[in-house]
Amino acid sequence: MLIFIARRIGTMVLTMLVVSLLLFLLLEINVEGVAIKVLGAYSSEQQREIWLENNGYFDPLPVRYARWLGNAVVGDFGDSVRFKVPVSELLPDRIWNTAILGFWTLLIASIVGLFLGVIAGMREGSGLDRTVSVGSIVTTSIPEIASAPLLAALFVFYLPQTIGWGLPGTSSMAGGFDWVQLILPITVLVLYDFGYIARMTRASMAEVMMTHYIRTAVLKGLPYGTVIRKHALRNALIAPFTVIMLQINWLLSGVIVVEYFFAYKGFGSLLLEASLNQDIFLIEACAMVAVFVAVGTQTLADIGYTYLNPRIRFS
Amino acid sequence: MTDEAISVPRRESPLLRLVKGAALIRESWVGMIGLVIIIFWILCALLADILAPFPPNATGAAMTLPGGPAADGTSVHWLGTDHLGRDILSRIIHGSRQVLLYAPLATFCAYVVGIPMGLAAGYRRGLTDDVLSFIANVILSFPVLVLYVIIIATIGASGINIVIAVTFASAPGIMRIVRGLVLDLRNREYVFAAETRGESAWRIMMIEILPNARGPLIVDSCLRLGYVIITIGTLGFLGLGLPPPDPDWGGMITETRSFITFMPHMVVFPCLAISSLVLGFNLLADGLREVSLRD
Repeated sequence: MLIFIARRIGTMVLTMLVVSLLLFLLLEINVEGVAIKVLGAYSSEQQREIWLENNGYFDPLPVRYARWLGNAVVGDFGDSVRFKVPVSELLPDRIWNTAILGFWTLLIASIVGLFLGVIAGMREGSGLDRTVSVGSIVTTSIPEIASAPLLAALFVFYLPQTIGWGLPGTSSMAGGFDWVQLILPITVLVLYDFGYIARMTRASMAEVMMTHYIRTAVLKGLPYGTVIRKHALRNALIAPFTVIMLQINWLLSGVIVVEYFFAYKGFGSLLLEASLNQDIFLIEACAMVAVFVAVGTQTLADIGYTYLNPRIRFS
Repeated sequence: MTDEAISVPRRESPLLRLVKGAALIRESWVGMIGLVIIIFWILCALLADILAPFPPNATGAAMTLPGGPAADGTSVHWLGTDHLGRDILSRIIHGSRQVLLYAPLATFCAYVVGIPMGLAAGYRRGLTDDVLSFIANVILSFPVLVLYVIIIATIGASGINIVIAVTFASAPGIMRIVRGLVLDLRNREYVFAAETRGESAWRIMMIEILPNARGPLIVDSCLRLGYVIITIGTLGFLGLGLPPPDPDWGGMITETRSFITFMPHMVVFPCLAISSLVLGFNLLADGLREVSLRD
């Protein structure tokens, strides 16, 4: 098991290294381009030369990559061109804000998805099963770019007009932290995410319900509730664990749209702003953080799955 | 002995078999609903010039409510006009062209790249497999939209660049699926037979293995089309899509979303359009999966 964990972590580090190299090549191979992005399009040729010279950009590419990587590992990504502060000062607040959003989304989506998946998978082919299946297809078909405006139109325009109660349509938290402003962003993300968890849970549950030990348990006269709780659920919930962990990767995409739409000051909107403004050091930092979270959760999912599933044991 | 007694039963033409196979979707009502939605949007895209009551970029009175009269007094803005006075219905109809051109094109390119990679990884195994799988893992470790945003922001927003970005980001996923299917199929007898006949590796992969892997790939391509439509819409929404003024559903949403507090109809209809098209592909995929599992 320890060797397995070590190997998974080794793969993770290797992946991160290759990703960092790709990013570095994509964004920094063109030295002139870097100078223009940092100093602006109206800087003189001479200014750019001096800046490049001072920052060691005339060194060979491997040296530059090694130096960049060394700084990145200790969290020094350089200064943001747009915000005029070190990237490392900018990131923690934004990541924390997104973590709040992501945590509640994941919690609610998991509870809803697991519940619906289990009750649908208990009786495969029943009316309830079909309803949950088709319902989850419908909710996962509505992209966040559509559900965010639709929900905003409902809660910001139609409901206040008819019943005089609504929700705020922006989540900029201008007057300090406010839970009410989180409701719509979380709802949008949950709506898009829970369907996949529900479908995977349903498939896993349906598979377990077909096994012989469930049939035996039912035939020996155990109450149906006990069969479900003690025999079926424990085995059916192993696969959804992986699904939920991998959902974090999707969530990182979703937060970009939702934070942009609701003007929430999180990690996703920071990445988008950095990309739109060609703020390369900020892009690099955000991308590395995103990939780290994605690869990290994937590694955790693999290790957790092996731990939870006694049928897979590595010597 | 007559000729008929020894002749093998004649195979139906490939086209006829394809039509018969496609007709199986009638057995799934979910799949039929999806198919009807997709055909509806394809007709909209093909007949846009006839169906759309106004030219997509023509301006009139701004922010007309749905059903409001047009400037000429006789025609009607059925879904109203946007903040620049352009007819929303006409823009949605013309916007379907953009989506239904770039989404299938991008998906097709992703398959053209992903299928040979998956075939090679699954059939040759060994080092080829290790290298290709590692590359796929690296690309797939990016959150999808992060990858799209970085690529498009670096190489610029245009139709062709969207196709390139989608190909780059989707091909590894396709490769993984194909690889899994090939690992299962490569031990079949007909593959051994072809190997014994001395057929070349690529011929075996393309002629013997690939056609037998088509079932799951057709289902996957439907799902993937849905995702690509979401991607194109999302890039338009984030301001990284096709350049204005030509209508693009994602762009329409982002242009009008600031008016949501008093004129929500302008943003609601493009949202419904993109959701319905994605729903169509997802329902069709579900129907196809159901039908293909049945036999």
